[in-house]
Amino acid sequence: MSQYLILIYETEADYAAATPETFGQVSQAHTEFMEKHQDALVGGNALQPTQTATTVVAGAVTDGPFAETKEALGGYYLIEAPDLDAALAIAKECPARFGGVELRPVMVFD
Amino acid sequence: MLAATVRVTRDLDLAEECVQDAYARALTVWADGVPRNPAAWLTTAARNRAIDLLRRQDRLRRLLPELVVDDVDPAYERGGIPDDRLRLICTCCHPALAQPAQVALTLRLLCGLTTAEVARAFLVPEPTMAARLTRAKKKIAGAGIPYREPDAAELPERLAGVLEVVHLLFTTGHTASTGADLVRADLVERALQLGRMLRTLCPGSGDVAGLLALMLLTDARRDTRVDAEGRLVLLADQDRDRWDGEEIADGVALVRDALRLGGPGRYALQAAIAAVHAEAPSWEHTDWREIVGLYDVLGTIWPSPVVALNRAVAVGFADGPDAGLAALDALAGEPQLAGYGYLAASRADLLRRLDRGAEAALAYEEALHLTGNEVERAFLAARLAEVRPAPGG
Repeated sequence: MSQYLILIYETEADYAAATPETFGQVSQAHTEFMEKHQDALVGGNALQPTQTATTVVAGAVTDGPFAETKEALGGYYLIEAPDLDAALAIAKECPARFGGVELRPVMVFD
Repeated sequence: MLAATVRVTRDLDLAEECVQDAYARALTVWADGVPRNPAAWLTTAARNRAIDLLRRQDRLRRLLPELVVDDVDPAYERGGIPDDRLRLICTCCHPALAQPAQVALTLRLLCGLTTAEVARAFLVPEPTMAARLTRAKKKIAGAGIPYREPDAAELPERLAGVLEVVHLLFTTGHTASTGADLVRADLVERALQLGRMLRTLCPGSGDVAGLLALMLLTDARRDTRVDAEGRLVLLADQDRDRWDGEEIADGVALVRDALRLGGPGRYALQAAIAAVHAEAPSWEHTDWREIVGLYDVLGTIWPSPVVALNRAVAVGFADGPDAGLAALDALAGEPQLAGYGYLAASRADLLRRLDRGAEAALAYEEALHLTGNEVERAFLAARLAEVRPAPGG
């Protein structure tokens, strides 16, 4: 078994403009996703928007995310899967209506 | 052989090493006589070497029970394990790898080309190709791209990627995008070899049968596409007696299989079009109506500006150059065709047939500007000289 991180990238502006109804649907989709894949799920969180982010480079503290992009990291799931195909099958079902997800294998140190 | 070994090692580099090792051992052992089944001998030697190496690796010791169970495979004892090749090609053509990497891995690991040969096939320096292959292998290992046969539900999707790689290999070889020769026979042969292999592995796939048919029917014309001086000979002027009858017969039979095995797919339809040409006794007796009809179906299941362009050319023969030109001009704004030399060349040919010399000349000039293959350039230049109005006249 290997661990993979599902990074959810979405357009923050779309969420800023979203109705409460949309938020309800997104939240419902994530609940269903987590229930369906509870055996594979190791952890996960939603993040506050990038306007709350603070970046530190070489001790210098600045306001804002590390990289300014239209789609920003908005949450993640840590999953366990036997191989990339199994992880991709889960990642394909991860809700991300205003963007997409990136799948990264977790490094294992021998 | 590599495919069988990688199943033991689950590591491409280690498997390659073991295979080379087996060849080296064969040189000494076979001095006393070559075994009855050399391929099986080599595969056994490589697998044994792999198991040996793995046993020495502490961190893989926990895998040993699994390997021992896997060790004797009855199919392997019969001299070949087709499943292993399917596993390997699905790993090489995994959608998580970039397509150039997929093609490179397939040539390196399935066709057995050296890194230098793969580099030559892509016209890149060897260190560049070595780095590309290393990156791809690292992704396979690091991301955990599995080495397994796709199950029935995912096979069509995975096969689509594999077929794209094989088709790309074939078209790259069939008309080399740069250079002095029109055809790169090495790439064409590799693509045909892979197509035949896939046909054995997936006899129930209409797409596989269709692609192999398309490649065979296209390749059947290989020897007649350039004349003795290396000049391009158009389909209209090719010596049909010199087309490869065996490839045509195989291709036509495969088209029937492909159409029978499922709804007509993209490759089967393209092959059916090639079959109409292959079976026409002459250019004049080509059934252009049938070809336009096949392009119509192709355009609905696989809409693409290039298909529309080919359809327009067929219309130009079925209904005359005026109708062809009208169909072609409807495509002028397609962004995908901007910079596509065949659009300008087709337009030039229709204008030439309509005796609109000055406009044809402009179109030939544009086509020349967009074409890198020397053989095609020479052809276009000759046509340009024909249609260009004489100076002062």
